[in-house]
Amino acid sequence: MRIHFKTSYDHDIRLFQDGWQAFLYTALLALMVALPWLIDDFFLGEATNVLIWATCGLGLMLLTGQTGQASLGHSAFMALGCYSCVLLMEAGLPFILAFPLGGIITGIIGGLIAIPALKLHGVYLAIATLALAILTDDLIVMLEPWTGGVGGKFAPTITVFGIEVNRWSNPAAWYYMTLIVVLVVTLFYRNLLRAPMGRAFAAVRDSEISAQAMGVNIARTKTLAFGISAGITGLGGALMGLFAEVFNNETFTFIISIQLLMMIVVGGLGFIHGAFLGAIVIAFLPQFLSIVTDSMGSTVAIPGLETAVFGVIMILFILFEPMGLYGRWLKIRTFLELFPFARKDMFRRQKTYLKTERLR
Amino acid sequence: MSLLTLENVTLKFGGLTAVNKLSMDVKEGEVFALVGPNGAGKSTVFNLISRFYTPVEGKITFDGKDLLKLPPDEVPSLGIARTFQNIELFDQATVLDNLLVGRHRHRQTNLVEQLFHLPSVRREERAHREAVEEVIDFLDLQPYRNKRIAGLPYGVRKVVEVGRALASKPRLLLLDEPASGLSVEETQNMRWWIDDIRRQMGITVLMVEHDMGLVSKVCDRVLALADGAKLAEGTPEEVQNHPAVISAYLGTGDAA
Ligand SMILES: Nc1ncnc2c1ncn2[C@@H]1O[C@H](COP(=O)(O)OP(=O)(O)O)[C@@H](O)[C@H]1O
Ligand SMILES: [Mg+2]
Repeated sequence: MRIHFKTSYDHDIRLFQDGWQAFLYTALLALMVALPWLIDDFFLGEATNVLIWATCGLGLMLLTGQTGQASLGHSAFMALGCYSCVLLMEAGLPFILAFPLGGIITGIIGGLIAIPALKLHGVYLAIATLALAILTDDLIVMLEPWTGGVGGKFAPTITVFGIEVNRWSNPAAWYYMTLIVVLVVTLFYRNLLRAPMGRAFAAVRDSEISAQAMGVNIARTKTLAFGISAGITGLGGALMGLFAEVFNNETFTFIISIQLLMMIVVGGLGFIHGAFLGAIVIAFLPQFLSIVTDSMGSTVAIPGLETAVFGVIMILFILFEPMGLYGRWLKIRTFLELFPFARKDMFRRQKTYLKTERLR
Repeated sequence: MSLLTLENVTLKFGGLTAVNKLSMDVKEGEVFALVGPNGAGKSTVFNLISRFYTPVEGKITFDGKDLLKLPPDEVPSLGIARTFQNIELFDQATVLDNLLVGRHRHRQTNLVEQLFHLPSVRREERAHREAVEEVIDFLDLQPYRNKRIAGLPYGVRKVVEVGRALASKPRLLLLDEPASGLSVEETQNMRWWIDDIRRQMGITVLMVEHDMGLVSKVCDRVLALADGAKLAEGTPEEVQNHPAVISAYLGTGDAA
């Protein structure tokens, strides 16, 4: 077990707790950078896909994992991010401006939508945002002149600093572009967590009443969280649409929202790692399932199998491992570090008071 | 000098009058206790001061300012901090982060600075941590600094909640039953802490407490409440021996 001797306040503020941790993450980054040389183009495309899902997942994680607001409407923000980025590009803006601008537009609209929506709690918020996702699907069809409707839209050519980013002729460029986006988003996420805003998010999640008693403006904090979350997911959505090369309302159906929520639950709510682990699961599940069905001699695809299996996985996680894959890993690591002194009840959850009893 | 005054404050929950024409004033630098049987309306008075509820009539002023004009989240900026009877901590966060939320009213940087973790943010964070570290030392919370709240013993959580309130450097500290559920030793500690909070830190304390032993040791003045109305007010001995107080306690069978 590693012991941290803290000698200054910066120890708690720094990105990494100690040299070992810094080394591990640097090694991981080096591996990510070297990936195009290590795997073939097909798997590089899959890796890009994982990183795109992770970007969308980080957006939702900020809202659900950090601030405690469940949203089933994030496919709407993916669509918004994608269409605004592409429309800006078609209006002549270079990708490098259109992409972040699309995220900012999505963030602002997300924040505006949040103002009425956040009066709702728990399952009601989930239902309202689900309605938003379904509505967006219809809106894309109705706004055909701009969105291309059911026929969809073709992604314009992306050029960054003179390099054409094309997934077929230059898959490594696509991968690196996505990697940079996900790294920047992750860094912003971390920065928020180690600043007053991130603590206000956690405060709102864990106890609105005492957050308020400490001076946290609940409505403003939730609106900000919703806006930032929508913006990040919008960036992910833009990448997803552009990577698909042609996209329509089906690319951003409400099913995507549900998958996104399942993904972060399975990965581990409240952890940055959880978004990545969940993205790996969701991106490789279809492949894994087709291998399994093939080996069982089935030649026709079973409709809905993927969603069903994912649903079962999520139910199992909620029942047996609410902290997700990352939570499971933390437990294993603690067990190994403390071996043989780990106690069974170390991760037991505490009884909490019913909300109605709280103020008495 | 009165720091906090309530004048003729009444609050009703439907047909139930939880606080009935209550007037009281807490002077700067004193430790003031609210006592009374369960359901007397003590916590409701705290919730009124925190602006969770708005009275149907009456005035609440803090340091000359009309509290009723403020939304709940602006009350702390005047220098009012509180604890809750049933402990309201941020369960999934560490002790350190809980205390740091106490610093919320002192934050200076905006969202963009925080997203980029600019030097101003780093400077601010150091200052917050310095302030929080003083509280950790004061309340002997070192062993728990990086532990999550969920999983900590009840007595520790009770102390963390006091710490979170202290981290905001308040002028008035509201403690709702700070010793309830604590062991004899823990209650002793709480007593010394409350003494030091007043003497060393110069913070005015308004507390609700059932333990009359603790009340008579740390409090200057006591107000007894029953069914939302004032029964008696004075020094701890005066209130304890007041006939109306004795009969109120005997009447409810609550010999606190
Ligand atoms: N939010 C509420 N809604 C309805 N009734 C309440 C509420 N809060 C408190 N009460 C009632 O008001 C009365 C005073 O409660 P409280 O202030 O919690 O008493 P205590 O003196 O024990 O702290 C009780 O009868 C309680 O049931
Ligand atoms: Mg009470």
